Amino acid sequence: MITTKDVEHIGWLARLKMEEEQLEGYADQLNSVLDYFGQLDEVDTKEVEPTYHVLEMNNVFRDDEVTDCLTQDEATGNAPRTQDGYFKAPRII
Amino acid sequence: MITVSQTLEAIQDSSAEEVVSQCIDRIEASKFNTFITVAKESVLEVAGETEGHTGPLAGVPIAIKDNISTKGIQTTCASRILGGYVPPYDAHVIERLKAAGAIIVGKLNMDEFAMGTSTETSHYGPTLNPWNTETVPGGSSGGSAATIAAGEVPLALGSDTGGSVRCPASFCGVVGLKPTYGVISRYGLISYANSLEQIGPIASNVADMTLLFNVIAGHDQRDSTSVPGEKDYTKALVDDVKGLTIGVPKEYFGDGLDQAVEKSVWDSVHRLEDLGASWQEVEMPHTKYALAAYYVIAMSEASSNLARFDGMRYGLRLEKDHDWHTTYSEIRAQGFGEEVKRRILLGTYALSAGYMDKYYLKALKVRTLIKQDFERALKSTDVLIAPTMPTPAFKLGEKISDPLTLYMADVNTVPVNLSGVPSVSLPCGFSDGLPIGLQIMGKHFDEKTIIRTAYTFEQNTNFHTKAPEVV
Repeated sequence: MITTKDVEHIGWLARLKMEEEQLEGYADQLNSVLDYFGQLDEVDTKEVEPTYHVLEMNNVFRDDEVTDCLTQDEATGNAPRTQDGYFKAPRII
Repeated sequence: MITVSQTLEAIQDSSAEEVVSQCIDRIEASKFNTFITVAKESVLEVAGETEGHTGPLAGVPIAIKDNISTKGIQTTCASRILGGYVPPYDAHVIERLKAAGAIIVGKLNMDEFAMGTSTETSHYGPTLNPWNTETVPGGSSGGSAATIAAGEVPLALGSDTGGSVRCPASFCGVVGLKPTYGVISRYGLISYANSLEQIGPIASNVADMTLLFNVIAGHDQRDSTSVPGEKDYTKALVDDVKGLTIGVPKEYFGDGLDQAVEKSVWDSVHRLEDLGASWQEVEMPHTKYALAAYYVIAMSEASSNLARFDGMRYGLRLEKDHDWHTTYSEIRAQGFGEEVKRRILLGTYALSAGYMDKYYLKALKVRTLIKQDFERALKSTDVLIAPTMPTPAFKLGEKISDPLTLYMADVNTVPVNLSGVPSVSLPCGFSDGLPIGLQIMGKHFDEKTIIRTAYTFEQNTNFHTKAPEVV
C-alpha cells in the first residue's frame, strides 16, 4: 500500500512538487493501478529472459567523422534564461 | 475526406499555393480543435517553391502530430511545459517529407506527451470526433485522425506507443499504420516510451497511407534502433488475398467487447475468406497480461525520458529561481498535467530501489512471453485479425476521471507495441453512426502482407467511402 507519505517521497524523487491536498487522491489512484499491475505475479517467469528491446541488435557503429551540428545560438535559442551564450541554471551549491 | 490523387489533380488545375491556402481556410474553420499550431506565415511561400518539384508529394499539404520536431514551427507535445518551444531542427520524417515536396501546414492536437486514449489530456483542450462531437476521437493522435476524417488535410502523421495511431484511426474511420519497430527513424520524435513507439502514417485510404509510409520509412544513423526496410511498399497495393492464411486470436474477443464490433470484425474475416483467404483460430495465452506489462514499461521509460524537462534549456521557467531542487520541482509541477504526473510517479516508483524486480523486470519478462505468442501464432498464419478497439468511440468525459478504466481501452493495441510487430487499422463497419476499426497485424518487417490484406479488403468493401457530414 502506498501512503500519502510515500507519494510525497516519490514526488521528491521525480522532482514533482506535491501539494498537500493532492496527496490522498494520488495515493488512491496509484494504489489502484499498482493493484492491477499485481496480476503480473500470476505469470511464471522463472525460465524467461527479459526483453529490453524487440530487435536483436547489438552495438551500432558509425565512422567517427565531424558533421554539421547546431550553432551555440541555435542550441540556446529556446532557453528561458541564458548568460554569455550559456544556459543559466539555479544555484546548486 | 480528401485523397492524395484529388489533391495532386487540384494542384495541376490551379497551383500548390491555391490548394494549401484552401487547406488553411478549412483548418481555421474547423469545429473539432484538431490543430494546436497552424503554420500560416511560412506555408504559402513554401508551397510556391514546390512549383516544378517532382517528388511524390509535391505541393501536398500534410499535418504533423505535435510531438514530432518541426524546424521553425512550435512543437508543444500538447503540454504547458513545452509551450512556445520552437525546434531548431527537423525530425528525420520531416526531412523526408520536405524532400518529397510535401507542405507542413501545422501541428496537431494530441494527448499531452502522447499519454492517453482520448485526446482529452491536451493542455489545449480536447479534440472532438467529427462523426459525433459528443464523442472522443481516440488518442493519443486524436488530432491526426480527426483532421483526416473531417476532410481538412489529405495526410497526417501520428505516433503509436500503445495504440496511439490505431485507436484514433479506429474511432474516426480512417487508416493508420504502426510500422515494425525500427522501420521509421525516431530522430526528432519527442520520446515518451522509446522502446515501444513508432511514428505512423494516417490517411483516408490504404493507398494514401502506404504512399506516405513509403516516403517516411528508411534508415537513419541518428537513431541507433533504425533499420532499413523495404524499398517500395506501394508494390504491396495488390487486390488479391488468395492463399493468405488469417489467424484470429480469440483472446482479442474478450470481456467488454461490443457486439457490433465483434460482428463487423467477423464479417470482415468472412469477406476476406470469400476473396480467397482462409482463417483459423490461434491462441495467444499471455494477451491478458499485456496491458499491465505495457503500462509498467511505458511509465518506467516515461519517468526517465521526461526527466529532461526542467525549464533550463527550453520550456516553462518560473519567475523566481530557488535552490535547484525546488526550482525544478515547481516548474515540473506546474508544467505537466495530471496524467503525465501520474505516469511519472508510477514509473519512478516502479524503478525505485526494492520495486524494480517486482514491477519493471517482471514486465520485461512478460513482454518476452507476449512476443513469443506472436511468433507462435504467426508461424502457421500470415496475418492476425482482431478488433482495433473493443468499442466504438466513447463519450467525452466518460472515462477520463478513472485512469485505470481508460487504460483498459488499450487492451487490443498494446500487445503489438510490446512485440514490435506492424499493425494497421482500417474502417470495417459502423455502429450508431460511429466507425469500427479492423486491426490487421503481421510479422516483423512484413508490412507488405498487412498492406496487401488491408488494400484487398478496402477494394472490395465501401466503408472507406463514407465520411462524416462536416458543415
